[in-house]
Amino acid sequence: MSAAARPPRSRRRLGRLERPALVGVLVREVINFSSYWRATTFSSTVEPTIYLLAFGFGFGSLVSEVGGFRYVEFVGTCTVATAVLFSSIFPAMFGTFVKYQFQHTYDAILAAPVDTEELVTGEALWIATRAGVYGCSPLLVAMLFGLDPSWGMLAVPFINFTAGFGWACFGICIAAFLKSIENFNYVTSAVITPLFLVAGTFFPIDRLPEWAQVAAQINPLYHCVELVRHAVFGWEGLTDLAHVGTLVVFGLVAWRVAIAGMTRKLVN
Amino acid sequence: MSHSARDSTPSIRLRDVVKRYGSITAVDGLDLDVPEGTCVGLLGPNGAGKSTTMKMLTAQAIADEGTIEVLGYELPGESKQARAECGVVPQLDNLDTTLTVEQNLVVFAHLYRVPRAERRHAVERAIGIANLGERRRAKVDELSGGMRRRMLIARALVHQPRLLLLDEPTVGLDPQVRQELWALIDGMRAEGVSILMSTHYIEEAERLADTVTIMSHGKAVASGRPGELIAEHAGREAVEVYGPPAKLAEAEAQALQNGFRTRRTGTSVAVLGLDVANGNAPGGERRAANLEDVFVLLTGEEIS
Repeated sequence: MSAAARPPRSRRRLGRLERPALVGVLVREVINFSSYWRATTFSSTVEPTIYLLAFGFGFGSLVSEVGGFRYVEFVGTCTVATAVLFSSIFPAMFGTFVKYQFQHTYDAILAAPVDTEELVTGEALWIATRAGVYGCSPLLVAMLFGLDPSWGMLAVPFINFTAGFGWACFGICIAAFLKSIENFNYVTSAVITPLFLVAGTFFPIDRLPEWAQVAAQINPLYHCVELVRHAVFGWEGLTDLAHVGTLVVFGLVAWRVAIAGMTRKLVN
Repeated sequence: MSHSARDSTPSIRLRDVVKRYGSITAVDGLDLDVPEGTCVGLLGPNGAGKSTTMKMLTAQAIADEGTIEVLGYELPGESKQARAECGVVPQLDNLDTTLTVEQNLVVFAHLYRVPRAERRHAVERAIGIANLGERRRAKVDELSGGMRRRMLIARALVHQPRLLLLDEPTVGLDPQVRQELWALIDGMRAEGVSILMSTHYIEEAERLADTVTIMSHGKAVASGRPGELIAEHAGREAVEVYGPPAKLAEAEAQALQNGFRTRRTGTSVAVLGLDVANGNAPGGERRAANLEDVFVLLTGEEIS
């Protein structure tokens, strides 16, 4: 193996967002996933079932109809969007922080021909893909509880993927800008919990005070909930395009901020 | 190994490199050369700037001033190409602990873009280097400290890099495992891989490095072959004077008066440069001067 026997290297400047780099980051995640997929699959199936039982039947015995939907259907669709939120923002926050701070995984990856931009993008794509798929399980569970199948449901994985990408990048931003994992509690209580509740999830937003309705409009989860409901029960044309647009803009902004934040953290 | 014109490009070339963190200057005008096919030891006490230097070579730290070339590529602009042809063994173990030996190597074969057709072979080769054939399906969690270190080195070699960066490769290991790793690293050098190795173990640098650069406070204070450095700074022979603290202080004062250089080793005073100075050498145990003497003289630091 003499050095002179190697092919002459090219002087081509390697570009940004290269496929081999993204594939490398994704392969690492996929192989890791093979060691924990059972736990993920279990929780993503059992959790929505519990939500549906608790809210759909517990609360549903008090309220039979909300916003023109049977309550169990109202909750069944919102659980898709919240499952996407939780299955993307938390892995992004904690996974990023642990891999950066404790396992030093990112040091190893960035020593390879992978840039921070590719690392962040690959991680977010992976989390979004997982959220896209697993986010559908509440829908399947709701179908067992009597939700009627519809063609629009086929769009749900793509809605989930788009929202999941944004949440993943948002979670990476949090990991990039907070100094310690204990501080995550502030974000969970002060940011994620209100996001989760003021989004037309368990109750519609149109009865809320006006400021809360306005706040819901800038909550990406609200747009995701609405899109999923419309996909299942019937599209609403331009309104839904606006929802998609909001999610895309959210994803793009969070993506760029996550890259900037992680670059600041990893390259110094 | 044949040397064409291209091969004369040094594997690493640093000129006047400065790296500051706030008010702290971690690297302060460093010059460093790693000629192709050689092993260079970067020796220095903790805080001398070794790790920062290593980080700059993979563009995980960006220099404030100066120029850095790795394998002929200019950093940080062309760092990605350079990284593609470098292997890095970090100081901190960052293997994926829930994955098996084989899976870890497959991941890095992808990250380092080993072509699909060669991937299987590359992984097998790395398993062979780590000598972990029988543990290929063991989770990294289940491996001993020594095996994990071998694994880290094998992982860095999965894409057959031309340059290997080793950051304190044997820190915290017992002597037997350390020797095993030295054999492994020496084998790589014999195959023509250029190596830069940071270490604060003198023996490691003495045994493995063709040339040594001694760093102190972010600067290179000496560079050369270990033997030359010893001859130049510590002379050929030294005398170790043992005794209670009062006797040591006395011997030290006298030696200095007679024009010798001395250093404390903790339990003794070493009087250096017996063949250089003219005065009378104090009585004590004679021994050959070594790189440790040079290290302490130049950095002013005791070593454990």
